[in-house]
Amino acid sequence: MTGPDVLVCVKRVPAVGAEIALTADATAIDTRHLGFTIGPHEECAVEEAVRIAERTGGSAGVLTVGPPEAEEQLRYALSMGADHAVRVDAPTSDPDPEVTAAAITGALRELPPHDLVLFGAASADAGHAQVGSRVACALRRPLVGGVKGIELDGDRVRLRREAPEGVEVHEAPLPAVAAVLEGLNLPRYPTIKGRLRAKKAPIRVLDGPPVTGGLRTLRLRHRPEARAETVVLGRGAAAAPAVVEVLAELGVVH
Amino acid sequence: MVLVVVERDGDGAPTAEAAEVLAAARDLAEGLGVPVGAVAVGEPGDLPGHLAKQGVARLHLLQHELLDDASPTALGEALAQLVTALRPDAVLAASAERSTEAMAWAAAVLGAPLATACTDVRPGDPWEVTRERAGGVLLEDAALDAPVRLLTLRPTGPAPRETAAADEVTVHVVVPDLDASVPRARLVDRRARAAGMTLATAPVVVAGGRGVGSAEGYAVLEELAELVGGAVGCSRVATNNGWRPHADQVGLTGTRISPDLYIACGISGATQHWVGCMNARTILAVNTDPEAPMVTRATYAVVGDVHEVLPAVVAEIRRRAGA
Repeated sequence: MTGPDVLVCVKRVPAVGAEIALTADATAIDTRHLGFTIGPHEECAVEEAVRIAERTGGSAGVLTVGPPEAEEQLRYALSMGADHAVRVDAPTSDPDPEVTAAAITGALRELPPHDLVLFGAASADAGHAQVGSRVACALRRPLVGGVKGIELDGDRVRLRREAPEGVEVHEAPLPAVAAVLEGLNLPRYPTIKGRLRAKKAPIRVLDGPPVTGGLRTLRLRHRPEARAETVVLGRGAAAAPAVVEVLAELGVVH
Repeated sequence: MVLVVVERDGDGAPTAEAAEVLAAARDLAEGLGVPVGAVAVGEPGDLPGHLAKQGVARLHLLQHELLDDASPTALGEALAQLVTALRPDAVLAASAERSTEAMAWAAAVLGAPLATACTDVRPGDPWEVTRERAGGVLLEDAALDAPVRLLTLRPTGPAPRETAAADEVTVHVVVPDLDASVPRARLVDRRARAAGMTLATAPVVVAGGRGVGSAEGYAVLEELAELVGGAVGCSRVATNNGWRPHADQVGLTGTRISPDLYIACGISGATQHWVGCMNARTILAVNTDPEAPMVTRATYAVVGDVHEVLPAVVAEIRRRAGA
């Protein structure tokens, strides 16, 4: 008996620094001088899938929706240890969330069945936080979000999440869908061997569905600058009395 | 009608986030000239009384055993049915994890778009929203083209006002038709957190970043946190280096906090961290770089090394306490 087949959905996003430049029409981030990456939640999802495959002899697949450039992110996941990759073709890596969900749902119907499909809780760029739920709903599969612990047990999975009332464990029959959070594990860095293997690995390409969504980006804006009239209390250890004076004024020390 | 999904606290009252959404819904409904409705799960308890003060005309109470364990998917299914029956102009929920999941599920059932993490909603043709992208690093103006506008709202801070007119709230019990044959996740265990200060609720947070330098370096932050009645937090650098557990991380992919005082020690203040602490009332930054974003955005700053400044501050607090 082989282990479970886990598929992770990842998104190509700009690797932004402290300053983010926008395109002239302000509808997107200016990526001319930027690299690309997958978000931290998704990196943890890939790591978890690879660990499950290593532990159980199952498979760890990775899927993205986007243009051919998005295969760079699939190869990154392959270099972390994922063993197969699928790209659902789309003109952009940042489609409307309804379009992304339809593309993934269509692909999952076409691909061999998976026991567990993992998403990041929200993408690192648009942060719509809804694609996993939409896919689970369309496929009539159980869904648990905010997941920080995964334990597979035969034909069931136990998923741990932190809720306002405390730490919860949810149990779902497989196949299931989970949206995970950073903190689930500490993702590994790809090895040289992994990178070489990923370079040559085949990537399956599927057509995306001809659908549109109802949310249209008009423009992106920076947050109003939060620069404050900072009061400098001093330098080094000599500032301590002034600091404690402020703490006393704020009522946190007496 | 503007319909609000009301999450309830342990006493059955609206959560603080739900109260903010109710206030936003009232403003929106006033502009549209429509009433505010609410939807919640469970028994009425004191909820109608709370909602009357929030200007709610009707409360739809969902009751079903599959809703008992706060399952977002079952709630999403029930919401979709209610939306189909009531045809509201908009449905508003807090942009918390579970309510977002429920709204996304409802949106999927209805085949409708969902705008999450909105900070502003402008009715029109079509409606426009401002939403946070990447957890607030950027803002996005977007058109939301749908007959029923599904929205989750980011908290914006100020305490919501109560309306003077406390009309009677009519309560409608709704038993949704939830298909028992659909495979679902089931809550099998819930453990209350250990009592004590949590990062999210602490009035003071003492957080450390790259400038702390090591896991052992946090000892002085813990000492200071204890003296000021606060919790210890950290930046992503500290988590990635294994200095602190992820549960301590403040920022985009960690916890977003709004303490009275945030003491940022050796944290440069990249946007991804800033969005997690920007709602702090007062910020004190300790940093060797006077031009670090955390310093220029702080209320107070000390220019210097964490391991010179904090021991002196701790000693000074103890001296004053002893004096």
